[in-house]
Amino acid sequence: MTPTPPAPAGTSPSSAGFSFRRLTALCVKETRQIVRDPSSLLIAIVLPVVLLFIFGFGISLDTNRLAVGVVMEDRGVEAVRLAAAAAGSPYIEPVFADTLAEISEKLTRGELRGIIVIPQDFTAKVQAGGGEASLQVLTDGSEPNTANFVASYARGLYESWLAARADAYGVPFSEAISIEPRYWFNPATISRNYLIPGSISVVMTIIGALLTSLVVAREWERGTMEALLATPMRRAELLLSKSLPYYVLAMLAMAICVLIAVFIMNVPFRGSIAILLLSTSLFLGSALGLGLLLSTTTRNQFNAAQGALNAAFLPSALLSGLIFEIASMPAAVQAVTYLVPARYFVKIMQTLFQAGDVWAILLPNMLFLLVSSIFWLGLTTWRTRRRLDG
Amino acid sequence: MSEPAVLLRGLGHRYPEQGKGEFALAEVDIAIRSGIITGLAGPDGAGKTTLMRIMAGLLKPSAGSVAVLGLNPVVDAGILHLKVGYMPQKFGLYEDLTVMENLVLYADLRGVGGEARKVQFERLLDFTDLRRFTERLAGKLSGGMKQKLGLACTLIGTPELLLLDEPGVGVDPISRRDLWGMVTSLAKGGMAVVWATAYLDEAERCDELCLMNEGRLIFAGTPAEQIGRMRGRCVQVRNLSGNRRHFLRKALGSTGVVDGVIQGESVRLVLKEGTAMPDAGLMASEAGAKAVPVEPRLEDAFIDLVGGGPDGRSVLAGTMPDVKLPEGVDAEAVIRARELTRKFGDFTATDHVTFDVRRGEIFGLLGPNGAGKSTTFRMMCGLLTPTSGEAQVMGIDLKRSAGEARQKLGYMAQKFSLYGNLGVEQNLLFFSGIYGLKGQAREKKVSQMMESFDLVRYRRTNAGELPLGFKQRLALACALMHEPPLLFLDEPTSGVDPVTRREFWMHINALVDKGVTVMVTTHFMDEAEYCDRIALIYRGRMIAAGPPDALKHQVASDDLPDPTFEDAFIRLIQRDDEAQRDKEGRAT
Repeated sequence: MTPTPPAPAGTSPSSAGFSFRRLTALCVKETRQIVRDPSSLLIAIVLPVVLLFIFGFGISLDTNRLAVGVVMEDRGVEAVRLAAAAAGSPYIEPVFADTLAEISEKLTRGELRGIIVIPQDFTAKVQAGGGEASLQVLTDGSEPNTANFVASYARGLYESWLAARADAYGVPFSEAISIEPRYWFNPATISRNYLIPGSISVVMTIIGALLTSLVVAREWERGTMEALLATPMRRAELLLSKSLPYYVLAMLAMAICVLIAVFIMNVPFRGSIAILLLSTSLFLGSALGLGLLLSTTTRNQFNAAQGALNAAFLPSALLSGLIFEIASMPAAVQAVTYLVPARYFVKIMQTLFQAGDVWAILLPNMLFLLVSSIFWLGLTTWRTRRRLDG
Repeated sequence: MSEPAVLLRGLGHRYPEQGKGEFALAEVDIAIRSGIITGLAGPDGAGKTTLMRIMAGLLKPSAGSVAVLGLNPVVDAGILHLKVGYMPQKFGLYEDLTVMENLVLYADLRGVGGEARKVQFERLLDFTDLRRFTERLAGKLSGGMKQKLGLACTLIGTPELLLLDEPGVGVDPISRRDLWGMVTSLAKGGMAVVWATAYLDEAERCDELCLMNEGRLIFAGTPAEQIGRMRGRCVQVRNLSGNRRHFLRKALGSTGVVDGVIQGESVRLVLKEGTAMPDAGLMASEAGAKAVPVEPRLEDAFIDLVGGGPDGRSVLAGTMPDVKLPEGVDAEAVIRARELTRKFGDFTATDHVTFDVRRGEIFGLLGPNGAGKSTTFRMMCGLLTPTSGEAQVMGIDLKRSAGEARQKLGYMAQKFSLYGNLGVEQNLLFFSGIYGLKGQAREKKVSQMMESFDLVRYRRTNAGELPLGFKQRLALACALMHEPPLLFLDEPTSGVDPVTRREFWMHINALVDKGVTVMVTTHFMDEAEYCDRIALIYRGRMIAAGPPDALKHQVASDDLPDPTFEDAFIRLIQRDDEAQRDKEGRAT
């Protein structure tokens, strides 16, 4: 081999300013890496499915067949009709008893999730009219979520009883009792319709942050960052190449989540796709930005991924209002929730799925998402160095 | 000559994590010219990489001025990055991209496209001989080819200044020679080239030299200047009848000797300025020995510049008891490998390797990266189970009772496996506990070790903050806690400065005197010369074995009457390649 030195360059490249060619080259490189490294695809495709099923069915399995005691102190026709509604419900497994004393012990032991007492005067009061008939619902307050479900089911039973009664007598049931529109839905899907869109927000926070948490740190660990920094590449080109491909990937994950929610979990979607796209994009600025920031500052894949998992999951699950009501938090904690982007996204998702394009709710939340994205991406840009030192 | 390509004046650098009085670089003045290769040489931690990064515009120096191609690297970084090609230590390649994809990426980043790109790619692929591999993933290339690809990526856009940070690391001597040839031709074409290296033999070939030590420039000029200064002061003492290790110790203790190393059966000495021959008293102890003047090397000059090597004494010798072999252990084979084989899937990392190691012998495993020497080594110390064949230490079968066998051996890993956030004393206490030392015996051993290795003043210092040489002493002390009859060393002195390396071998020599048997892996040719016998491992097989002098002798020819160990290494590997090709040729 007789080595010949390369001839001088034929072009006179310039380094000034932003170059789309460099950005494209970096994005192509990043995309090739994504395609060849299964971990990114795993995070974007498999993880949302797994997480969503855990969030979705974890809850619905619990609620599908709740053991609930039904105490029949009254044996009148209306009480029997109500008992029949309970027996026919796919969501509870009724355990019938004549007196509360018979089964109250079972509630204490946790064998029953709640007890519905049909009082002695139930039939009489219903037939007398005037809406004074009442049911007593006993639930286990130490498990507030389950307790809420049981309460919802009791209301649901009441509604199906009313409906059956309306059929039988041909009278509109609205006459008998005033019903809040919220409970028009099937009791089981009340919780699902509310929880699944919120869960998607949590899932997307985790996925967005995880996806980008690895990418800058990987360049540092493998020593390629030093070589990149020694080229005319600009900071903006680097950051964009580290966000755009992952934005596409995260959108894919989002699509998977929404499709699962709508077609497999049968959660109705009432908003518009365009708004969903726009708000998801606004939200991903924060999620991807958080991952990038961790990746940039730690320069270590393991630490960045650990950080992303904690920083994304914990606040989005605990402080977004999905599981715990924000209004019932202490004032200081409430103030902190304003910094959690998932808080706004949860609200947007719940609105889009359950109510549709309600601008009064969507607009302020989208505005907050925009501010939050600017904050996280800005912080990342500020922390990204064109040199190895500060 | 026109203006220098790089001009550094009063350059200093301190990293934020460094305390007062500590620095990475101090008062460095260097001028680098175009058209030649400038060697930036010095041990690890000398400040080479910091200096390279400053020249590449990746670090802002804390003091002094830098002009690279007339530009200020901090202010004009944008233009500078187009004119400077910088190859960092890890090549900067994307292992999950193919050779061509890597080239295209760097061409786009440097704005080289269209016709110019085509022409440059053609030339670079010819130049680096990578044309056959354009579709291969960079991660699947050998070390040497990775490095050529790294160089090709760096050369896109034809930089005026080429900065290569330790391009010789992790690459076998043959590829290193290829690379050297390429870089030489680039320099002849007018490029300014800086080649950073920790190998002084590599630095010796550079046109100009900047020698660094502990963040300071200790010499700038031509290697010939330094070597000329040492001429007449270097001798090789041959025909030693007695123990060459004892002779070396005696020589290093005598007043006229600056430095000394073992070279096979002989001892090479560097003498004080104005001394042509070792003093008569020393030579008198070895009747028949002959001191022959030899050509000086850059390493001699380096040792001389930093004030000479260690004096040859090892306090350690006094504290270690003589090794007594238990009944029934064959002194001719305290370590024994028979048809040792290890497979990973269908890849055979070690292929039917057989050898015996005698009591008190230093046995070296030498070979290019990935040749299988580490696999063989790990099987011998019970860290890997052989697929087939037999491995024994002190008569104990490693397949059956690896635990029992491990109690007999001291092990020092490549990257000193110490707890960086524990103090020196805490590390020693921990390792003595692991080896089952208790109570007073443990206390005694720990304080003895601290005294032997001069670690008392560092007893509360965290191991991670120790100077390199002391880290190494501590690692050795931990490995010797249980007074093992066998010592296993995995690349013990890679990245260590020459003085510390000598000191380390003084300790090893002292241990061998006590009957300790040493097995060592190394890729340092100089280090191989300390061994009594060498097994050359290549592609999983043992292709040659014997004393270093015998291996050298095997390749001696009329063209090369007095080959170095590196020559022997390269020739033996080439011969094996040829033999394999012949075999394949006949088979088809």
